[in-house]
Amino acid sequence: MILSRRSIILSGITVAAAGAMPRFAHAAAGTPRRLVFVIQRGAADGLAVVAPTGDPAFAAARRALADETSGGAKLDGLFTLHPALVTGASLFAAKQAHFAHAVATAYRDRSHFDGQNVLEGGASRPYERDDGWVGRLLTLLPAAERDAIAIAPAVPLALRGTVPVGTYAPSRLPQADADLIARLTAMYEGDALLRPLWDSAVKTQELASDIGGNNGRNGAELGKLAASLMLPADGARVMMVETGGWDTHSAQRGRLAAQLRGLDQLVGALQTGLGPAWADTLVIVATEFGRTVEVNGTGGTDHGTASTAMFFGGGLAEGGRVSADWPGLAVPARYEGRDLKPTRSLERVVAGAIAHHYDLDPARVGKTLYPDA
Amino acid sequence: MSTHYLAANRFGLGRRWDDPAIRDPRAWLTRQLGAFDPAPAAIAALPGRAAIAAAYLGYREDRQAMRREAPDMPMSEEEKGMDPELRRLSRSEIRRHYVDAAGARLANAVATPTPFAERLTHFWANHFAVSADKITMIGFAGNHEFEAIRPNIMGKFADLLIAAVRHPAMLLYLDQAQSFGPDSPVAQRVQRRQKQAKLGLNENLAREILELHTLGVRTGYTQADVTAFAKALTGLTVAGLGKGAGQRLMPADARPGDTVFIAQLHEPGAQSILGKRYDQPGARQGEAVLRDLAVHPATAAHIATKLARHFTGDTPPPALVERLTADFRQTGGDLPSLYRALIASPEPWAGAPTMFKSPWDWAVSTMRALKLPAIGEKQNVPAIFTQLGQPLWRPGSPAGYDDLVATWAGSAALMQRVEIASRIAGRIGDRVDARKLAPLILADAMTPDIEQAIARADSPGQALAMLFASPVFLRR
Repeated sequence: MILSRRSIILSGITVAAAGAMPRFAHAAAGTPRRLVFVIQRGAADGLAVVAPTGDPAFAAARRALADETSGGAKLDGLFTLHPALVTGASLFAAKQAHFAHAVATAYRDRSHFDGQNVLEGGASRPYERDDGWVGRLLTLLPAAERDAIAIAPAVPLALRGTVPVGTYAPSRLPQADADLIARLTAMYEGDALLRPLWDSAVKTQELASDIGGNNGRNGAELGKLAASLMLPADGARVMMVETGGWDTHSAQRGRLAAQLRGLDQLVGALQTGLGPAWADTLVIVATEFGRTVEVNGTGGTDHGTASTAMFFGGGLAEGGRVSADWPGLAVPARYEGRDLKPTRSLERVVAGAIAHHYDLDPARVGKTLYPDA
Repeated sequence: MSTHYLAANRFGLGRRWDDPAIRDPRAWLTRQLGAFDPAPAAIAALPGRAAIAAAYLGYREDRQAMRREAPDMPMSEEEKGMDPELRRLSRSEIRRHYVDAAGARLANAVATPTPFAERLTHFWANHFAVSADKITMIGFAGNHEFEAIRPNIMGKFADLLIAAVRHPAMLLYLDQAQSFGPDSPVAQRVQRRQKQAKLGLNENLAREILELHTLGVRTGYTQADVTAFAKALTGLTVAGLGKGAGQRLMPADARPGDTVFIAQLHEPGAQSILGKRYDQPGARQGEAVLRDLAVHPATAAHIATKLARHFTGDTPPPALVERLTADFRQTGGDLPSLYRALIASPEPWAGAPTMFKSPWDWAVSTMRALKLPAIGEKQNVPAIFTQLGQPLWRPGSPAGYDDLVATWAGSAALMQRVEIASRIAGRIGDRVDARKLAPLILADAMTPDIEQAIARADSPGQALAMLFASPVFLRR
């Protein structure tokens, strides 16, 4: 057991009956490195998270959403950070944030299922692997840095592999997230029995487990929990946190802002909660693919290709910069005429950050994490 | 038409992930009537009545000891999170019997190759409902279904009725175990000794048999019929659990938890019920009444209506009710004949699935759809159904749970299902592809809307939650 029962209770959760913790070796003393992988399920719009406001084609393509990042931090001559990322902006100023733009996995179609499978499994095609890149990374790490855990009811694909991994989930039933609720609202729309029942249920619903809910405070709670699981001397060293609700086909402005506010507070709470250990922590935030350059008819964006990955932590190689081999947003520069064109491999960027963080041979890391690449 | 979905969900308990395609739905259902196993392994492995009775007696002793020694024993963490009803019992073996029986019921329902027959078991257990609200009978609730209902659902209604009524759970639940003939030898003796003796008749079981199990409410029986029937039933009691005068009269070979007939508690003389005179001696008197009630025309109509409602909806089509009533009367309450008439009737197959699944049906069908376990091994099974609003074997009334859409289709109840679907989907994650599973599970009730919603979900887990929360899957 990596955590005392007391610290779990203090953090407001109890061990879920669903996922028993595997037994871990006690970590050695010292300042072990920590890794947090935050997955954004649903395809986060990289063009709104780190907006290429300096691209000449940006305003025309984004139309009503062109000012989505107004008031956000200017990162360089080309990019503006979404204003909800307040902690993100100050970490960037302190060279503790790095945004990698126009990146994508090897996957080129637009199914969430397949895209997440590639993002987590690290294969070049969907369903080729039943282990994940984080799971394989664990085999390269010393025992003191190998204790891994997911804040989820079951081990996500990214963490699966030969090294046993724990899971924690609040013992209370999680409330359905805002995105699922919105989708069910649409599904029940034409149902005379379910529609009124659902409407009244939703009215009384508090979106407790949704990181975008509660004005970002849910994200802060999740970050606090994650930090409390990773801080103790015998705590977890590698963690995966799941976030959903990024599939902004409609009304993107408000929804994405809420999601990013939650994510920002999550990162902020991690930084605060880990204290000095933040210096040896790497946080990777990534999504399965990006969204269309053009805004659709419902104030949202549809499934695209390249997006942005975010890296936070005290010892980044590329802290304080946006790295991109920028393809441009003009129609001929786009992938299939509609999406931000991927110019760099997300896998390679992740492998590079990991190799730097753990001081490992980049070629070995690349081959282990992404054997098919 | 959603023939395949209806066969699997209205008649069955939902399609299993590994079920072969149903080619002929009617033949598939009919075959189950012969293939039904009344004592499958999960259920046969449970301890019997003697062990349950011993657990109750142990509980009673412990509680007396506890009151003497530690009246304010602090609660453990586990107990704090528990249903208060179960918390009271958590320190005893009785609760284990209840929890284990619930687990066996669920495991069997999820695994069974004869889901139509299992549904009929659940239907009859609810028709002859006992509610595990009394400490004396909480451990017997599952045993009632397993030993009184299951072995008799493929026979005559009369035999099912007699087995359900004579089981200790029913005798304890509806106070028959404490009912004494007012003029029985024992009552006479007690009355001679103490002037204000309270030994006497309890009409509860007799009334509920007439109102709920057989004729149905307001079908013409009178208070005099109830009283006379209650007298005819006297003598029927449970060995070893009570404390009263009756216990001293138990036959020497009776073990605690056995149903026994004690002649000295039986009201002597003939009884007149529904205009017929019953002058049989002893236990045969009550049984004769039960056998007549079991084939009464009002009983036929009552059973036919309930069965028709369970397989069509709130307002069962009169033609179906009449057809089932006629079949019941012709065969003298032959249950398989009734089931065959139901399968052959057009009404249960007409239209789209309109009935709202009960929490039990919904949860079982969800679990059947999944190759991977939907719940953890240590999950407390009764807690799931308490949360979903249908505590197992605890309907709170001898009438059982209602079989109406409005009973289950509530807004909080709907949210509970969505949350549980979300939780289960979270456990399963990407290990099941809802896009492939949905056409199998929803079969011919699949709609383009649902197909599209699932395909567009933002993650495999969300897609699975949407399948289980889809308007079709919520219904049968």
